[in-house]
Amino acid sequence: MTTKVQLDNLNVHFGATHAVKNVTMGFRANTVTAIIGPSGCGKSTVLRSINRMHDLTPGARVTGKTLLDDSDIYGKDVDPVAIRRRIGMVFQKPNPFPAMSIHDNVIAGYKLNGRVKRDEADEIVESSLRRVALWDEVKDRLRQSAMDLSGGQQQRLCIARTIAVRPDVILMDEPCSALDPIATMKIEELIDELKEQYTVIIVTHNMQQAARVSDVTAFFYLGELVECGDTKKLFTNPDNRQTEDYITGRFG
Amino acid sequence: MEREHVSRQYDAELNDIREHLLEMGGKVEMMISDAMKSLVDRDTQLADRTIAFDHEINHLEVAIDEKCLQVLATRQPAGRDLRFLTLALKIVTDLERIGDQCAAIAKRARELNLDPPLKPYIDLPRMATWTCVMVKEALDAFVRGDADLAVKVCEDDQFVDDLNEQIQRELLTFMMEDPGTISRAIKINYISKCLERIADHATNVAEMVIFMVKGKDIRHTIA
Repeated sequence: MTTKVQLDNLNVHFGATHAVKNVTMGFRANTVTAIIGPSGCGKSTVLRSINRMHDLTPGARVTGKTLLDDSDIYGKDVDPVAIRRRIGMVFQKPNPFPAMSIHDNVIAGYKLNGRVKRDEADEIVESSLRRVALWDEVKDRLRQSAMDLSGGQQQRLCIARTIAVRPDVILMDEPCSALDPIATMKIEELIDELKEQYTVIIVTHNMQQAARVSDVTAFFYLGELVECGDTKKLFTNPDNRQTEDYITGRFG
Repeated sequence: MEREHVSRQYDAELNDIREHLLEMGGKVEMMISDAMKSLVDRDTQLADRTIAFDHEINHLEVAIDEKCLQVLATRQPAGRDLRFLTLALKIVTDLERIGDQCAAIAKRARELNLDPPLKPYIDLPRMATWTCVMVKEALDAFVRGDADLAVKVCEDDQFVDDLNEQIQRELLTFMMEDPGTISRAIKINYISKCLERIADHATNVAEMVIFMVKGKDIRHTIA
């Protein structure tokens, strides 16, 4: 199995705060990796390093190597926008563009590449919405505002928008935290299907969700990677005592 | 040092299961000892009480199963808590079977008490004592998470197996020499087999403890 993303000695500083310390780990292609840990452990910071979101944060300093298919995304001549086309992101709160229709939301990212013919756009919109199991629910109201959709539908729309540009990797930062249990289940089902074509990395504070959806789980604490391994093993018989204390709810 | 759960209620629920398992263990140990006593002392009333007592073991099995299911449903345990609970469910079954074996011993004792004893009972009480200790140590090992004690229990099973074989050989000799002893010999042989099975159940518990503590499944690997 190939490694899609590799972190080599990743360190992230926000001013004087050393938020992520010496993280080295790989993310295999076409797998779902869950990143878990208590609040403030650095999991979202690690995630956002992968698509250079910290470029937009004043005072943030990212060192070490972040490789996408063996190329360092922080390399000298690398365009961060191009990176973000290959590494998409889904956020905790669904964020469809409020001034756009459902149709235009899906194709928005794709259009940034240049002009798109209407037929091609319609085809991309339909295939993306089908992929996220939203097509049947919205096909008769594609020109309506995306804000008319429910929370769960909006989140699936955001995922459709992300996959419309055919990324390699999908980053998800607590994608179900704002959703009800049924909507959550639908997104989890979708994540399982998405890994056939993409590499998925999901940050979640819901341990049971990590156990359900992921192939690999990485446990972080105070900015450090404590343990990373096969999800089934990590949740039944972890190697590290600290990991076990966390997953069994013994953390103070 | 073992950390407590953030939820004290969760800790209380697990401790409750632990205590009920120990209670069940204590009761089956008593049943082993009483069943053997009812034979050695020719105490038919004790045999009757032992047989009736099996209902208490069965009730405990149902109660502990219920508690385990509730914790599984509400706490979604992981790691060592998950291993503890799933093994508690299995151990309860082994203990209930031990109870059944004790009742079977007491029934044979009741029948044997109607006839003159075949011979003084020496090896059977030794087997019963040894088996009792194995059950106690297996449960102690489970509750304390003591893998070394569990290994000892697995090794002790050989002694019970050897005694069982010795008893069978002896009984065979009796039966060959005097067919009039066959009826009693068969019943004694059955009691010996019951004790040997009880020891096997204790060994099952011990093997599960090793898995719980070390995450290594050694079931069906020790000869």
